[in-house]
Amino acid sequence: MSDNLLEVKNLYMNYETLEGKVAAVQDVSFSISKGQSFGLVGESGCGKTSVAMSLLKLQADNGFIDSGSIFIDGTDIVPLEEKELRSIRWNKISIVFQGAMNAWNPVIKVGEQIREALREHYPENTKHINYNKMVSLFNMVGLDDSVLNRYPHELSGGMKQRAIIALALSCDPKLIIADEPTTALDVVIQDQILNELKKIQENLGLGVLYISHDISVIAEMTDNMAVMYAGRIIEKGPTKDLFANPKHSYTKLLLESTPSVVGEKKKLYSLDGKPPSLMDEIQGCSFSPRCPNPTNDCKNGLIEMGLIETENGHWVDKCCVNCG
Amino acid sequence: MDKINVVEVNNLVKHFDIKSGFFSSTTKVVKAVDNISFHIGKGESLGLVGQSGCGKTTTARLMTLLEEKTSGDITYYDKKTKVLTSLDALEKEDIQNFRSQVQMIFQDPYESLNPRWSIMSIITEPLNIHNLGSADDRIEAAINILTTVGLTPANNYLDRFPHELSGGQRQRVSIARALIMKPAFVICDEPTSMLDVSIRISIMDLMLDLGRDLGVSYLYITHDLAVARYMCDRIAVMFNGKILEISETEELLNNPIHPYTKRLLSSIPVPDPTYKRVKYHLDFKEINEIIKSSEGTDMIEVNKGHFISTKDFSNELI
Repeated sequence: MSDNLLEVKNLYMNYETLEGKVAAVQDVSFSISKGQSFGLVGESGCGKTSVAMSLLKLQADNGFIDSGSIFIDGTDIVPLEEKELRSIRWNKISIVFQGAMNAWNPVIKVGEQIREALREHYPENTKHINYNKMVSLFNMVGLDDSVLNRYPHELSGGMKQRAIIALALSCDPKLIIADEPTTALDVVIQDQILNELKKIQENLGLGVLYISHDISVIAEMTDNMAVMYAGRIIEKGPTKDLFANPKHSYTKLLLESTPSVVGEKKKLYSLDGKPPSLMDEIQGCSFSPRCPNPTNDCKNGLIEMGLIETENGHWVDKCCVNCG
Repeated sequence: MDKINVVEVNNLVKHFDIKSGFFSSTTKVVKAVDNISFHIGKGESLGLVGQSGCGKTTTARLMTLLEEKTSGDITYYDKKTKVLTSLDALEKEDIQNFRSQVQMIFQDPYESLNPRWSIMSIITEPLNIHNLGSADDRIEAAINILTTVGLTPANNYLDRFPHELSGGQRQRVSIARALIMKPAFVICDEPTSMLDVSIRISIMDLMLDLGRDLGVSYLYITHDLAVARYMCDRIAVMFNGKILEISETEELLNNPIHPYTKRLLSSIPVPDPTYKRVKYHLDFKEINEIIKSSEGTDMIEVNKGHFISTKDFSNELI
């Protein structure tokens, strides 16, 4: 499909370590079209951030994309050289990093750091144009333009995060990756920033990839979502369907472990055990050791992992469909 | 349940002086905790909820004597004498005794455990400080408490170091360290906010079970009302150093009165994509009516056990 801003197909990514290969991302496929938002949830270490970093080819030096393709606005970026990537990063896809508010250089004014990105990508712009652009960006994220002349330590956590979002928007990307955009913030500020992001997304028609471990944030912010476990997507589909009718036991458990302030007070269930090491070769379903009701085939690792479509657009791992 | 209060806090105040200039003259006073009062019953858990910087952690530090209060009174139920004793009245030896009855669990299990100490030394440190039992007794106590918090077989954990454990296991060690003294009261400062969703519930369940079994009371500090709802019998909402509203948990959620509580409630994302959250705009009409009829008291009871502050916050809340 050509109207997809981002299309990830069968992505495999490994980290080479002294102890061996870590299969951080395995067979991940999803797509985001214009103006849509997509959520990626899962516990820490499941490969969410590895996926995000692969999309910009910013993974750590020991991370290698083994196979698969990543189409951004029609171009496959996997075979591209560093030099060619520079024209795609920030112009077409940008990222709000996890804990990004701590990513500001403390001795350079915030405005100067944004101007740096603008100068790099639009060398023909005059200082005046750049300044106006920064002012409009800051207004968009709800900051006063006087903040441009401040140092990062003079800003609160929420302001720093807003400024980071302005930085991510500075080169008019079509797609933004928001990797845990509000994790370190308290609920009121989180709410404000998420609202701001939603407004910007609607106004500019951006595609947004939300990465979070907080399933409530994903529920409110996204149209489609995928649940990751041990490097693989185990369920994906429209957010509403996934919440109304979760198919995979892991998704069900995630939903049952989230407290809410609305509705009856429910007993919450915890997920015992821990995810498998991605270093070892896993036979069959990686979730079966923690699965509440695995079948014999599942326990013995006889079922290969892979997604099948159960309903229109709702994909679930084969194994868990059988487990029920 | 018998109505013994384990802790009573009355008109607690803590001011921090901001000093500047060559002669360190005080230029500004930050009222981190500004005249708050509450009590916690035996086996009860009170949630202290508010945004960052509202004074939650300062309150906890004052209550554990890690910080010196400016004024006010903190009283604890003394197990030995069976009366509520003010901390001001304690002699030096008594303070040591008090510290054994009140314990704290910190937010970050990666930073609150000494990386060079084995789990055994971390857990038995309180016993060493208070000089309780023989060496063998201490090992036995450590094994028992590790089993209680779900780290089994306990023998396997004693000689390990914090870096060998996962975040959830470390937080279990923190809980074990707090509970080995059999405290009457435990202060938890966001104990699950650094943990993964999947293990968060198991840690909260563990604390609830232990609270029930051992009769421990909790002061549970968090910024997330959803977590507080799961953990706490009552919730106090804090803002700018003051308690604005305090009530039974479900009563507070179903019938919030204070505009700030309403705003806090309306800003929590709901794990249901079909639910449309309504953005709450601050509205002081109702609260002003209540304030008018308050006749100068600090807190007014609107429902049974449901108190709201009568101070006018309309300038501070924007």
